[in-house]
Amino acid sequence: MHINMKTSLKYIVVLVILVGLVSCKKDSRPNYQYMPNMYEPIGYEAYQESDAFANGIEAQLPAEGTIPRGDFMPYDIPDTNDGYEEAKVNLKSPLESTEIDYAEAKVLYEVYCGICHGNKGNGKGYLVEREKILGVPSYDDVGRAITTGSIYHVIYYGKNTMGSYANQLNENERWQVVAYVEKLKADLEK
Amino acid sequence: MKKSYQNLEDNSTNNMKQVIYRNLTSTILHLGFILLLTFSTSVIAQEGDPANGKALFNANCAACHKLDRDMTGPMLRNVEARLAEEEGLDRTWLNSWIRNSSGLIKSGDAYANKVYNKWNKTAMTAFPQLSDQDISDILAYTAQPKPEPVVLEQVNIDGGGGEAGVSNNLILGALALLFGLLALALILVKRTLNRFAEAKGLEVVKEKRTPLWKAFAQNQFLLLVTAIFFLLASGYFVYGYLMQVGVDQGYEPVQPIHYSHRIHAGDNGIDCKYCHSSARVSKHSGIPSLNICMNCHKAIANVAPETLAEGKSEYGVDYDAEIQKLYDAVGWNGTGYTGESKPVKWIRIHNLPDFAYFNHSQHVSVAGIECQTCHGPVEEMEIMYQHSPLTMGWCINCHRETNVKVKDNGYYTKIHEELSKKYGVDQLTAAQMGGLECGKCHY
Repeated sequence: MHINMKTSLKYIVVLVILVGLVSCKKDSRPNYQYMPNMYEPIGYEAYQESDAFANGIEAQLPAEGTIPRGDFMPYDIPDTNDGYEEAKVNLKSPLESTEIDYAEAKVLYEVYCGICHGNKGNGKGYLVEREKILGVPSYDDVGRAITTGSIYHVIYYGKNTMGSYANQLNENERWQVVAYVEKLKADLEK
Repeated sequence: MKKSYQNLEDNSTNNMKQVIYRNLTSTILHLGFILLLTFSTSVIAQEGDPANGKALFNANCAACHKLDRDMTGPMLRNVEARLAEEEGLDRTWLNSWIRNSSGLIKSGDAYANKVYNKWNKTAMTAFPQLSDQDISDILAYTAQPKPEPVVLEQVNIDGGGGEAGVSNNLILGALALLFGLLALALILVKRTLNRFAEAKGLEVVKEKRTPLWKAFAQNQFLLLVTAIFFLLASGYFVYGYLMQVGVDQGYEPVQPIHYSHRIHAGDNGIDCKYCHSSARVSKHSGIPSLNICMNCHKAIANVAPETLAEGKSEYGVDYDAEIQKLYDAVGWNGTGYTGESKPVKWIRIHNLPDFAYFNHSQHVSVAGIECQTCHGPVEEMEIMYQHSPLTMGWCINCHRETNVKVKDNGYYTKIHEELSKKYGVDQLTAAQMGGLECGKCHY
């Protein structure tokens, strides 16, 4: 009789402890893991802190002067006013007209450009309408008179308030977007 | 009808003798002359319309100029008055600068060259399309006095919140009082009844009972049932506890910069892939580098006053201070980069164990799955948290239920045809295409 009572008491204690454990879990801290050495990577993970490099970050810039493998073409025109003028006049798209995928370019344009420049390229994107970003020109702006080369140059380096999109779009994607912007410009000038 | 009105009006306004042949044309001429007069005076005086000027300013100038802060170009509040006072330059100079600044620089104009050199030789875009009236309007807008900083009605907001709390407490208090009174009433009733019983000489029989716990301990059957119940209950809780070890659903760490997905992805409708661009092309969705923040925050140093107030009252966050943290990290002094940057130590939320492989691009680009399918309503999250358990069962479940998007994807044409023949279905799930094979994720 007495033993029985004690066991049930034990169960109650265990239960209370368990409930306590569960309720102690805080959302601002990661949970416990079984065998963390199977969870935690041995190799370096992207963005992690690491002693392997002087600045303590795993993600490093490529060594200066190196280029990635594949059909990579370095962009030599410098980020200056003269460079802008040079690109505006001389730079031409390496894409054949058959290589341009307007459907794909439209998707990219609407993610990266349309939010400010507007999905029609008239400078009235959602952020402009909400007056968050101001002064976005229409693509048919006569004072700017954008060309194939100047569009690419500005996507690559940014200009004035616009930032560089070189790390969000790769080389081929940039040229696709350039083609799409030219199409929007032609539509606006109609 | 119309004619009679016209005549009436003529009579009243001109106060002339009725002229029989007066007709509509003469009144139109009359009104037209007045209109012409008013219009011509406004052209001569060059009085700008600030409202139209604001629209023009926002459309053409605001990319580089702010009214009260230098940006890519100098600040423009009272620019016309300042130029006239400090440099003795008039509207003609401004007109030629705005319409063709590089031409003015080339002509050797002293102040034009000074400004050009001061602003890192960045040529101002030419605006040949702006008319004299447009420029007047814009200058009228810039000449408007600076608005007084809006005093946030913090007290009111807090008061409102406090009132809600008070009323809640009031209701609870009233309820407690009610129950207290009820209990009191019951006790009083019992006592009165007892007193009646005593008065009537009735004796309330008090039986001698075994205490409840003793009775319970003596009943073996009841003890057995209780023991089984406790065993089952504790088994349930132990199982639940063991199963949630290693699962970080709901994990919501405090990040070094308070970044609100609600404002960026929700209110402003910025696509997820705008910032997490590598989700399209790589294994990782990528933590955006700070230059992506600066794509917009070069121009946005302060949030709107109502957003600021909302942040302070609802989330206890000063959004402007958070933007300042970004500027400190990226080394931005308001007009240019100082070159002194420091990394932001974001805390990773979604983390798969090392023995499971997951690739974003396969799900985002190939399968075309919405980010929200796994990450939940991110556009409503003020603070990012892990929405899904990210357990294997959760992965497998989705692979079993989701049809593979084979349309417009030439890669799948052949295997789709063969597999649908094999399984005898029209739509293949990810599982039927090998989405359950161990080696797909564990190797």
